[in-house]
Amino acid sequence: MEKLEKSAPVPLKKKESHNPDTPLPRSAAGGASRTSALARFREGALAAAFIAPALLLFGLFLFYPLIQSVYLSLHSTNPRGQVANFVGLANFRNLFNSPGFPNSLIVTLKFILFTVPASLAFALVFAAVCRAKIRGMKIFRFVFALPIAVSVGTGSIMWMVLFHPTLGTLNYFLGKIGLTPVQWLTDPNMALLSISLMTVWMNVGFLFILLLGGMQGVPEEIYESAKIDGSGPVRTFWRLTLPLVSPTLFFASVTSVIGAFQAFGQINILTKGGPVNSTNVLVFKLYEDAFVNFRFGVGSAQALVLFAIVLLITVLQFVFAERKVHYQ
Amino acid sequence: MKPISLPRILAYVLSTVAALSILFPFWITVSNALMTEAESAAYPPKLWPSGLHLDNFAQVLNTIPILRFIMNSFVVSSAITIGCLITSCMAAYAFAFLRFPGKRIIFALFLSTMMIPWEVAIIPNYLTIRSWGWLDSYAGLTIPFLATAFGVFLMRQFFLQLPKELMEAARIDGCGHIRIFLRLAIPLSMPGLATLGVYSFLNHWNMYLWPLLVTSSENMRTVQIGVSMLQFSEMTAWNLVMAGLVLVLLPSLVMLALGLGRLVGGLTAGALKG
Repeated sequence: MEKLEKSAPVPLKKKESHNPDTPLPRSAAGGASRTSALARFREGALAAAFIAPALLLFGLFLFYPLIQSVYLSLHSTNPRGQVANFVGLANFRNLFNSPGFPNSLIVTLKFILFTVPASLAFALVFAAVCRAKIRGMKIFRFVFALPIAVSVGTGSIMWMVLFHPTLGTLNYFLGKIGLTPVQWLTDPNMALLSISLMTVWMNVGFLFILLLGGMQGVPEEIYESAKIDGSGPVRTFWRLTLPLVSPTLFFASVTSVIGAFQAFGQINILTKGGPVNSTNVLVFKLYEDAFVNFRFGVGSAQALVLFAIVLLITVLQFVFAERKVHYQ
Repeated sequence: MKPISLPRILAYVLSTVAALSILFPFWITVSNALMTEAESAAYPPKLWPSGLHLDNFAQVLNTIPILRFIMNSFVVSSAITIGCLITSCMAAYAFAFLRFPGKRIIFALFLSTMMIPWEVAIIPNYLTIRSWGWLDSYAGLTIPFLATAFGVFLMRQFFLQLPKELMEAARIDGCGHIRIFLRLAIPLSMPGLATLGVYSFLNHWNMYLWPLLVTSSENMRTVQIGVSMLQFSEMTAWNLVMAGLVLVLLPSLVMLALGLGRLVGGLTAGALKG
């Protein structure tokens, strides 16, 4: 019954018309309405049962922690994680007055700048190349997707060998082309770039898969007609592929920025935030404060600042970027 | 047969260069895993092993409980994946086909969880898990991850794309929602389930921060933590570390090879139309 409205033609302007929500037309007489009330109650109960598991888990492990974070951030805690006393906004004030936290913010922003545009650009080019129906592209597709199978833990150790100052192959190759060896992870000016290099390599797999999926969603006829019109591959890429894939690209950029804010594993394994805090990103600092020094109050304050920033960036990206995104 | 055009050659050359740079770290890992200890510590670094020293793998298996780590990760990722599939399908079905009060608000609530980075919740979650005595247990490693908003959206998307005629026919035949859910919606959404399954498995196989926090005994360590501790343990022989890495990489590579087709397109569908 309720599906009837769905199949009815909906005016195009009405964008979010969530059909199943709209009430049924009141046509039934008294007796029928009682059974339909019962049916509706049953449906509601079933819906409640279906939604309950997910909702319960979200409540316990996402919403409650968010509230608890606010509570903790306003208190000082003892090393066992118990609240000692109310300190108001002192945790936040201390954060911004100490040099550590502003430094972490800057390091994180730099990290985003180094990793996100590069990862997106590489993934986009790889996807554009693999979209073309050329012989052998299946192999390239697999290779470009490979890094998605590498976790931070394994990836970091793989790169630790490459970055090794004497045994590492990167310095060996630099030496071959006559350049001086680079102290990849121990030079404060270099460490964040090295971490970024490794992170771009790791990110490319997922972004490539995402963007390739977006490109395959574009009907082949559009490309065919562009070809007939004499559009070359570069022109097709800028004029056709890029605008058509822009919704996916937009989503990819939002998730990449948020992902960059959450970077932790590679830093914990490769540099531990050093040298001289040059790679001390937000989540690493949070981890150190909360789980190495057991200052849960300060840690929670940082978590909330992180949350606020991520929220702000997401909203900003939606407000500014979405206008430029082309939806089919 | 068309003549090979210049752009096509260019595409091949660029792809090859890109593919080689992506493969390079893998190559160094695999070749080091097959070297003797002296070879892997030699300068200048060797790019090819002198022979296939497969005893490295045996040695690494004897020194570190790497099979135990792999088993732990396997149990954790599978449990999370199965749990996620169940909770996602159920919630997705409710959002796609059932009418109930407050649907939009609850849906918005689900949507909002995508905005909360896990790291924000990590301190309270750690305290919760600790107070429940779940440190160093599978429960602590899995239960917080059994539901994802992404999964709900992806599955809802698949459900909404099912042919409406089919659902209506089933209703007319007197099928209840539970029957439609189990016999129709789920079997017809296998591609969606596969996408979500592969994605969820890989994601949780790769989890790092949470297992680092909630496990301390060697028995409960997952692969990622175990592997990153290879270098801190007494042996810093790179060939053995790399042999360990290869063993750890294998399952995810197999998973990727099997599931790549599913991931392409599937993830995008969930990302955009959810």
